[in-house]
Amino acid sequence: MLTCEQITELVTDYLERRLPLGKRIRFQLHIGMCRHCRRYLRQMRVAIRTVGKLPPEPPPDDVKRELLERFKSWKA
Amino acid sequence: MSRLVQGDDERAREQADDELLARLRCGDERAFSDLIARHHAALVRVAMAFVSDRATAEEVAQDTWMGVLRGLVSFEGRSSVKTWIFRILTNRAKTRGVREARSIPFSAFAEEGEAHVVDPSRFDASRMWSAPPRKFSDEDPEKILVRREAVARVEEVLATLPAGQRAVITLRDVEGLDADEVCNVLGISETNQRVLLHRARSRIRQALEDTLGAR
Repeated sequence: MLTCEQITELVTDYLERRLPLGKRIRFQLHIGMCRHCRRYLRQMRVAIRTVGKLPPEPPPDDVKRELLERFKSWKA
Repeated sequence: MSRLVQGDDERAREQADDELLARLRCGDERAFSDLIARHHAALVRVAMAFVSDRATAEEVAQDTWMGVLRGLVSFEGRSSVKTWIFRILTNRAKTRGVREARSIPFSAFAEEGEAHVVDPSRFDASRMWSAPPRKFSDEDPEKILVRREAVARVEEVLATLPAGQRAVITLRDVEGLDADEVCNVLGISETNQRVLLHRARSRIRQALEDTLGAR
Protein backbone atom coordinates (compact mmCIF):
# COMPACT_ATOMS: atom_id res chain seq x y z
CA MET A 1 0.00 0.00 0.00
CA LEU A 2 1.33 3.43 -0.90
CA THR A 3 1.57 5.94 1.94
CA CYS A 4 -0.17 9.30 1.84
CA GLU A 5 3.22 10.96 1.63
CA GLN A 6 4.05 8.88 -1.44
CA ILE A 7 0.77 9.94 -3.01
CA THR A 8 1.77 13.61 -2.64
CA GLU A 9 5.07 12.80 -4.37
CA LEU A 10 3.50 10.77 -7.20
CA VAL A 11 0.53 13.02 -7.91
CA THR A 12 2.12 14.87 -10.86
CA ASP A 13 3.36 11.63 -12.45
CA TYR A 14 -0.20 10.37 -12.09
CA LEU A 15 -1.78 13.47 -13.62
CA GLU A 16 0.82 13.41 -16.41
CA ARG A 17 0.02 9.74 -17.06
CA ARG A 18 3.61 8.75 -16.48
CA LEU A 19 3.04 6.07 -13.82
CA PRO A 20 3.70 2.50 -14.91
CA LEU A 21 0.53 0.40 -14.84
CA GLY A 22 1.18 -1.36 -11.51
CA LYS A 23 1.89 1.88 -9.71
CA ARG A 24 -1.04 3.59 -11.36
CA ILE A 25 -3.35 0.89 -10.00
CA ARG A 26 -1.82 1.17 -6.49
CA PHE A 27 -2.22 4.95 -6.69
CA GLN A 28 -5.90 4.64 -7.64
CA LEU A 29 -6.45 2.02 -4.93
CA HIS A 30 -5.12 4.40 -2.30
CA ILE A 31 -7.16 7.29 -3.67
CA GLY A 32 -10.26 5.09 -3.60
CA MET A 33 -9.79 4.42 0.09
CA CYS A 34 -8.34 7.69 1.41
CA ARG A 35 -10.53 10.78 1.41
CA HIS A 36 -7.63 13.05 2.43
CA CYS A 37 -5.62 12.04 -0.62
CA ARG A 38 -8.73 12.35 -2.78
CA ARG A 39 -8.97 15.92 -1.56
CA TYR A 40 -5.27 16.47 -2.18
CA LEU A 41 -5.57 15.21 -5.78
CA ARG A 42 -8.63 17.38 -6.36
CA GLN A 43 -6.83 20.42 -4.95
CA MET A 44 -3.88 19.86 -7.29
CA ARG A 45 -6.30 19.99 -10.21
CA VAL A 46 -7.83 23.16 -8.79
CA ALA A 47 -4.35 24.69 -8.48
CA ILE A 48 -3.51 23.85 -12.11
CA ARG A 49 -6.76 25.34 -13.42
CA THR A 50 -6.45 28.43 -11.25
CA VAL A 51 -2.96 29.20 -12.55
CA GLY A 52 -4.28 28.70 -16.09
CA LYS A 53 -6.96 31.33 -15.55
CA LEU A 54 -4.83 34.07 -13.99
CA PRO A 55 -5.33 37.28 -15.97
CA PRO A 56 -2.20 38.14 -18.00
CA GLU A 57 -0.04 40.74 -16.34
CA PRO A 58 0.25 43.69 -18.77
CA PRO A 59 3.76 44.97 -19.54
CA PRO A 60 4.79 48.29 -17.99
CA ASP A 61 3.73 51.34 -20.05
CA ASP A 62 7.29 52.38 -20.95
CA VAL A 63 8.04 48.89 -22.29
CA LYS A 64 4.87 48.92 -24.31
CA ARG A 65 5.65 52.37 -25.72
CA GLU A 66 9.18 51.36 -26.65
CA LEU A 67 7.98 48.21 -28.40
CA LEU A 68 5.31 50.09 -30.34
CA GLU A 69 7.94 52.61 -31.46
CA ARG A 70 10.06 49.75 -32.72
CA PHE A 71 7.02 48.27 -34.41
CA LYS A 72 6.45 51.53 -36.32
CA SER A 73 10.03 51.68 -37.54
CA TRP A 74 9.86 48.00 -38.52
CA LYS A 75 6.71 48.62 -40.51
CA ALA A 76 8.16 51.64 -42.25
CA MET B 1 -2.43 16.87 -19.30
CA SER B 2 -2.88 20.58 -19.75
CA ARG B 3 -5.07 19.70 -22.70
CA LEU B 4 -7.19 17.42 -20.55
CA VAL B 5 -7.60 19.98 -17.80
CA GLN B 6 -8.10 23.10 -19.85
CA GLY B 7 -8.79 21.80 -23.33
CA ASP B 8 -11.41 24.24 -24.53
CA ASP B 9 -9.82 27.33 -23.00
CA GLU B 10 -6.58 26.29 -24.55
CA ARG B 11 -7.96 25.90 -28.04
CA ALA B 12 -9.73 29.25 -27.76
CA ARG B 13 -6.49 30.95 -26.72
CA GLU B 14 -4.53 29.34 -29.55
CA GLN B 15 -7.12 30.47 -32.02
CA ALA B 16 -6.92 34.01 -30.65
CA ASP B 17 -3.12 33.93 -31.11
CA ASP B 18 -3.50 32.67 -34.69
CA GLU B 19 -5.86 35.51 -35.49
CA LEU B 20 -3.55 38.09 -33.92
CA LEU B 21 -0.66 36.75 -35.98
CA ALA B 22 -2.67 36.97 -39.18
CA ARG B 23 -3.50 40.61 -38.40
CA LEU B 24 0.10 41.30 -37.48
CA ARG B 25 1.17 40.07 -40.92
CA CYS B 26 -1.03 42.80 -42.35
CA GLY B 27 0.84 45.35 -40.23
CA ASP B 28 -1.90 45.78 -37.59
CA GLU B 29 -0.38 47.64 -34.64
CA ARG B 30 -3.25 46.72 -32.34
CA ALA B 31 -2.55 43.02 -32.96
CA PHE B 32 1.06 43.59 -31.93
CA SER B 33 0.10 45.32 -28.71
CA ASP B 34 -2.45 42.58 -27.91
CA LEU B 35 0.17 39.87 -28.37
CA ILE B 36 2.52 41.79 -26.07
CA ALA B 37 -0.20 42.13 -23.45
CA ARG B 38 -0.85 38.39 -23.61
CA HIS B 39 2.69 37.05 -23.50
CA HIS B 40 5.29 39.65 -22.52
CA ALA B 41 5.24 39.00 -18.76
CA ALA B 42 5.61 35.27 -19.36
CA LEU B 43 8.52 35.89 -21.75
CA VAL B 44 10.36 37.82 -19.04
CA ARG B 45 9.67 35.08 -16.48
CA VAL B 46 10.98 32.34 -18.73
CA ALA B 47 14.04 34.38 -19.73
CA MET B 48 14.98 34.65 -16.05
CA ALA B 49 15.92 30.96 -16.11
CA PHE B 50 18.77 31.72 -18.51
CA VAL B 51 20.16 35.11 -17.55
CA SER B 52 21.32 36.52 -14.27
CA ASP B 53 19.14 39.57 -13.75
CA ARG B 54 15.72 40.99 -14.45
CA ALA B 55 16.98 43.86 -16.66
CA THR B 56 18.69 41.42 -19.03
CA ALA B 57 15.60 39.20 -19.07
CA GLU B 58 13.51 42.24 -19.99
CA GLU B 59 15.92 43.09 -22.84
CA VAL B 60 15.84 39.53 -24.13
CA ALA B 61 12.03 39.59 -24.07
CA GLN B 62 11.97 42.87 -26.00
CA ASP B 63 14.44 41.53 -28.58
CA THR B 64 12.21 38.50 -28.93
CA TRP B 65 9.37 40.69 -30.20
CA MET B 66 11.67 42.09 -32.86
CA GLY B 67 12.58 38.50 -33.74
CA VAL B 68 8.87 37.74 -34.04
CA LEU B 69 8.38 40.61 -36.50
CA ARG B 70 11.38 39.57 -38.56
CA GLY B 71 10.29 35.93 -38.53
CA LEU B 72 6.69 36.58 -39.56
CA VAL B 73 7.33 35.83 -43.22
CA SER B 74 8.99 32.50 -42.53
CA PHE B 75 6.66 31.21 -39.77
CA GLU B 76 4.82 28.26 -41.29
CA GLY B 77 2.50 27.44 -38.42
CA ARG B 78 3.99 24.01 -37.77
CA SER B 79 3.93 24.79 -34.05
CA SER B 80 1.52 27.00 -32.14
CA VAL B 81 2.21 30.72 -32.25
CA LYS B 82 3.23 30.86 -28.60
CA THR B 83 5.56 27.85 -28.88
CA TRP B 84 7.24 29.61 -31.79
CA ILE B 85 7.55 32.87 -29.81
CA PHE B 86 8.99 31.09 -26.77
CA ARG B 87 11.47 29.23 -28.95
CA ILE B 88 12.72 32.55 -30.30
CA LEU B 89 13.01 33.74 -26.71
CA THR B 90 14.98 30.79 -25.37
CA ASN B 91 17.36 30.83 -28.36
CA ARG B 92 18.15 34.45 -27.57
CA ALA B 93 18.25 33.92 -23.83
CA LYS B 94 20.66 31.00 -24.11
CA THR B 95 23.03 32.98 -26.34
CA ARG B 96 22.81 35.84 -23.89
CA GLY B 97 23.42 33.54 -20.91
CA VAL B 98 26.55 32.14 -22.54
CA ARG B 99 27.78 35.63 -23.38
CA GLU B 100 27.39 36.64 -19.75
CA ALA B 101 30.09 34.00 -19.15
CA ARG B 102 29.33 33.09 -15.59
CA SER B 103 32.36 31.96 -13.61
CA ILE B 104 30.38 29.15 -11.95
CA PRO B 105 28.61 26.64 -14.15
CA PHE B 106 24.97 27.03 -13.28
CA SER B 107 21.66 25.72 -14.43
CA ALA B 108 18.31 26.96 -13.23
CA PHE B 109 16.97 23.53 -14.16
CA ALA B 110 19.05 21.52 -11.68
CA GLU B 111 16.84 19.60 -9.26
CA GLU B 112 18.75 20.13 -6.06
CA GLY B 113 17.35 20.31 -2.56
CA GLU B 114 13.73 20.19 -1.46
CA ALA B 115 13.08 16.46 -1.19
CA HIS B 116 9.54 17.00 0.10
CA VAL B 117 6.73 18.95 -1.46
CA VAL B 118 4.56 18.66 1.67
CA ASP B 119 5.87 19.46 5.14
CA PRO B 120 6.96 16.01 6.49
CA SER B 121 5.52 16.85 9.90
CA ARG B 122 2.02 16.61 8.40
CA PHE B 123 2.41 12.80 8.25
CA ASP B 124 2.46 10.32 11.14
CA ALA B 125 5.03 7.59 11.80
CA SER B 126 3.50 5.38 9.09
CA ARG B 127 3.55 8.37 6.68
CA MET B 128 -0.20 8.75 6.56
CA TRP B 129 -1.78 12.21 7.03
CA SER B 130 -1.78 13.49 10.59
CA ALA B 131 -2.58 17.04 9.46
CA PRO B 132 -4.61 16.34 6.30
CA PRO B 133 -5.18 18.92 3.56
CA ARG B 134 -7.77 21.46 4.70
CA LYS B 135 -10.92 21.89 2.66
CA PHE B 136 -10.86 24.89 0.29
CA SER B 137 -13.71 27.33 0.77
CA ASP B 138 -13.95 27.39 -3.05
CA GLU B 139 -12.84 24.89 -5.64
CA ASP B 140 -14.05 26.75 -8.69
CA PRO B 141 -11.12 28.68 -10.24
CA GLU B 142 -13.46 31.46 -11.38
CA LYS B 143 -14.55 32.01 -7.79
CA ILE B 144 -11.03 31.67 -6.45
CA LEU B 145 -9.87 34.40 -8.84
CA VAL B 146 -12.14 36.99 -7.23
CA ARG B 147 -10.58 36.23 -3.83
CA ARG B 148 -7.94 38.92 -3.70
CA GLU B 149 -5.91 37.32 -0.94
CA ALA B 150 -5.71 33.98 -2.75
CA VAL B 151 -4.68 35.57 -6.06
CA ALA B 152 -2.05 37.73 -4.36
CA ARG B 153 -0.61 34.68 -2.62
CA VAL B 154 -0.54 32.61 -5.82
CA GLU B 155 1.14 35.45 -7.70
CA GLU B 156 3.65 35.90 -4.90
CA VAL B 157 4.52 32.18 -4.98
CA LEU B 158 4.86 32.28 -8.78
CA ALA B 159 7.14 35.29 -8.55
CA THR B 160 9.40 33.76 -5.92
CA LEU B 161 9.73 30.22 -7.28
CA PRO B 162 13.23 29.15 -8.27
CA ALA B 163 13.75 30.28 -11.89
CA GLY B 164 13.63 26.79 -13.41
CA GLN B 165 10.35 25.87 -11.71
CA ARG B 166 8.90 29.23 -12.63
CA ALA B 167 9.82 28.80 -16.30
CA VAL B 168 8.23 25.35 -16.42
CA ILE B 169 4.96 26.23 -14.67
CA THR B 170 4.66 29.45 -16.69
CA LEU B 171 4.93 27.55 -19.95
CA ARG B 172 2.81 24.56 -18.91
CA ASP B 173 0.04 26.00 -16.78
CA VAL B 174 -0.05 29.73 -17.54
CA GLU B 175 0.68 29.58 -21.28
CA GLY B 176 -0.70 26.07 -21.77
CA LEU B 177 2.12 24.43 -23.76
CA ASP B 178 2.22 20.63 -23.52
CA ALA B 179 5.08 18.69 -21.91
CA ASP B 180 6.90 17.95 -25.18
CA GLU B 181 6.78 21.57 -26.26
CA VAL B 182 8.14 22.73 -22.91
CA CYS B 183 11.05 20.26 -23.06
CA ASN B 184 11.77 21.39 -26.57
CA VAL B 185 11.58 25.11 -25.79
CA LEU B 186 13.69 24.90 -22.63
CA GLY B 187 16.03 22.15 -23.83
CA ILE B 188 15.44 19.94 -20.80
CA SER B 189 14.53 16.27 -20.39
CA GLU B 190 10.98 15.06 -19.86
CA THR B 191 11.81 13.85 -16.34
CA ASN B 192 13.45 17.14 -15.44
CA GLN B 193 10.42 19.02 -16.71
CA ARG B 194 8.09 16.85 -14.65
CA VAL B 195 10.08 17.19 -11.41
CA LEU B 196 10.15 20.99 -11.70
CA LEU B 197 6.47 21.11 -12.60
CA HIS B 198 5.64 18.90 -9.60
CA ARG B 199 7.44 21.17 -7.16
CA ALA B 200 5.94 24.31 -8.59
CA ARG B 201 2.36 22.98 -8.69
CA SER B 202 2.68 21.60 -5.16
CA ARG B 203 3.63 25.04 -3.91
CA ILE B 204 0.68 26.65 -5.65
CA ARG B 205 -1.66 24.11 -4.05
CA GLN B 206 -0.14 24.93 -0.67
CA ALA B 207 -0.61 28.66 -1.33
CA LEU B 208 -4.30 28.01 -1.99
CA GLU B 209 -4.58 25.91 1.18
CA ASP B 210 -2.96 28.75 3.15
CA THR B 211 -5.51 31.26 1.91
CA LEU B 212 -8.65 29.19 1.26
CA GLY B 213 -8.22 26.30 3.71
CA ALA B 214 -10.79 25.84 6.48
CA ARG B 215 -9.42 26.66 9.90
